[in-house]
Amino acid sequence: MRGWRLFAHQFHTDLLRFWRNPQSRYFTVALPIVFLVIFASLFKGTTVVDGQRIGMTTFYVPGIMTLGIISASFVNLTQVIVTQRENGEYKRLRGTPLPAGFVIASRAVVGVVIAVVMSALLLLIGRFAYNVRVPESTMVGLVIAVIVGAAAFSCIAFAVATWITSPEAAAPTTNLTVLPLYFISGVFVSDSIIPHFLRDVATVFPIHHLDEAILRPVIHTHGSGIAGSDLLIVAAWGVAALLIATRTFRWSPLAD
Amino acid sequence: MRLMSDPPRQLACAPRDAGSGERTTSAPVIQVHALRKSYGEHEVIRGIDIEVRRGEIYAFLGPNGAGKTTTVEILEGYRSRDGGEVSVLNEDPAHAGSRWRARIGLVLQSCMMPAELTVRELVELYAGYYPHPRPASETIELVGLADKRDARTKQLSGGQLRRLDVALALIGDPDLVFLDEPTTGFDPSARHHAWEVVANLRALGKTIFLTTHYMDEAQALADHVAVIVAGQIVAQGTPATLGAATTPSATSPSPCPRPRPPPSSRPSSLRLLDSATTVASTSARASPRERCTSSPGGRWRAANRCAT
Repeated sequence: MRGWRLFAHQFHTDLLRFWRNPQSRYFTVALPIVFLVIFASLFKGTTVVDGQRIGMTTFYVPGIMTLGIISASFVNLTQVIVTQRENGEYKRLRGTPLPAGFVIASRAVVGVVIAVVMSALLLLIGRFAYNVRVPESTMVGLVIAVIVGAAAFSCIAFAVATWITSPEAAAPTTNLTVLPLYFISGVFVSDSIIPHFLRDVATVFPIHHLDEAILRPVIHTHGSGIAGSDLLIVAAWGVAALLIATRTFRWSPLAD
Repeated sequence: MRLMSDPPRQLACAPRDAGSGERTTSAPVIQVHALRKSYGEHEVIRGIDIEVRRGEIYAFLGPNGAGKTTTVEILEGYRSRDGGEVSVLNEDPAHAGSRWRARIGLVLQSCMMPAELTVRELVELYAGYYPHPRPASETIELVGLADKRDARTKQLSGGQLRRLDVALALIGDPDLVFLDEPTTGFDPSARHHAWEVVANLRALGKTIFLTTHYMDEAQALADHVAVIVAGQIVAQGTPATLGAATTPSATSPSPCPRPRPPPSSRPSSLRLLDSATTVASTSARASPRERCTSSPGGRWRAANRCAT
C-alpha cells in the first residue's frame, strides 16, 4: 500500500489499539467525564472570570475539556510512544517500508481525533446535564482551539518522550507535571483566586493559554471566539516541540 | 507456481564438498569489506569481510560481545559504521530507502508485540506496508500459528511469539532474511522446530543471514559459517571444514548436519507444522524433485517437504 491508503491502514490499527487498551479507555476517555460530573456536583454556585460572573459548570466544562485534550494528546500519547519504543516496536517498524513520518503522524492524528471526540462528549454532557450552551457564533473558535491544542500537545509528547526512559515512568512523569500546572493555569479554579506570581508562572506554559482559548468561546457570546494570541502561543509551543523532536527522537530502545 | 519452475534446491541434508568448501556461484547478496565500528574508545568491529551468496544460509557464529549484533545491525541499516564498505542487495544500508526495506525481512533479537492485536491483525497490518506481500493466512500457516490466528499476542508463549516474529519478517516476501540469535532462550524442542522453519525459508528461495552463539545451530543450518571473536573473523568455511579444523579428534567430518530425531520421538506440539514433513519422511523413496512437484495441496506445504 502507498500514500493515503497506507496512512489510513496505519491509522485504523492505531485507533483500534487505543480503544482496546484498558488504560486508555479509563484514563483518557472515562476520567475527564468523571471529573466533570464530580466537580459539577460538588462545586455549585458561581465564580468570576475576567470580571464576569459565571456559573461553576460554565467554568468547568471548558476546563475539563482542556484536561481531556491534554490527556488524549499528551499524557496518553507519551505513554504509548515510550512503551512502543522500549519494547522494540518502533525499531521493527523502521525496518519495514512504512515511512517514519507515517508512524508518528498516524498516532498523533489518533490523539487529535480522541481529543475532538472527548471535547464533543463533554460539551454534550455540559449541554444536556448542566445547561451549559456554547453560542453558535463562537463554535468555530472552539473547534479551532481544540484541534490546535491537540496537535500542539501531540508534538510536545514526541519531544518529551525521548527524556522518559521507561514505560513505567511515563504516566507518573507526565501526570505529575500537568497536575500542578492545571491548578495554576485556571483549569480547576478560576484565575481570580490564584496568587499573581503563580499566574505569571502559568503564562509561561501552554496549558494556561489552551485553557483561555477554550474558555473564551464558551463564556463570551460576542466575537468569533478565537483567542488569537493564546492560540499562537500554543501553536508556537507545538512547532518548537516538533523541531526538537525531529532532531532528538529515538526509534531504538534507550535501554540498548 | 514458483517452486515448480525453479531448479531443484540444495536440501539441508545434501552432501557438501567437505574439502574446498566451494559455494554456489551466484551473485553476492551481501558484500562487506574492511568494516569497522567503535563505541567511543572501544573498537567493537575491527575490519571484517563478509560475502553472502544468493540462496545460502550464512551463519555468523561467536560468543556474546563478539560484535555479531553490531554487525547485523549495520547490515540492516540501524547503525552507522566508522569504516569499510557495505553492500546489501546492491545498496548501502545507511542510505537505502523504503524500496530496499521492502526486500529484507528482519527477526530482531528481542522485540515485543502489540498486546492488543490478534496474530492475524498484526500480520495483516505488516502486509499492508509492502508492495508485494505474501497472503497473510498462508504466512501464518507457514510458521505454524494457524490455530492461534485469532488469539491476542499477549496470549502466546515465548516460542509462539518468536514464530510470529518470523511471520512478520516473511510477510513482505523478502529476498533476504536477517535472523539475530533466533533461538536464544529456547528449550531443545523449540529450537529444533525453529531450525525447521529456517530450513524451510531457504527452500522458499530466501537468502538468510543468521547470527548465533550456538555451534550446533551453525552446524545444523548453515551453508557457510564465519566465526567472529572480539570483532574479528577468526575462521570461516562450511560447517564440515570448520568442524574438522576445530575438533581434530573427529573421525571424519559428517557431510550431513546432525540428523533430526525421528518424528515419533518429537513432542506432539511440533506435529502441527510437521504434518507435511512427517508425511514426506514416510514416503522417503520419492526423489526430492518428485516430492516437491507431486505434492498435493498448496505450495507452502510443498516447501515444507522440500526442506526435509
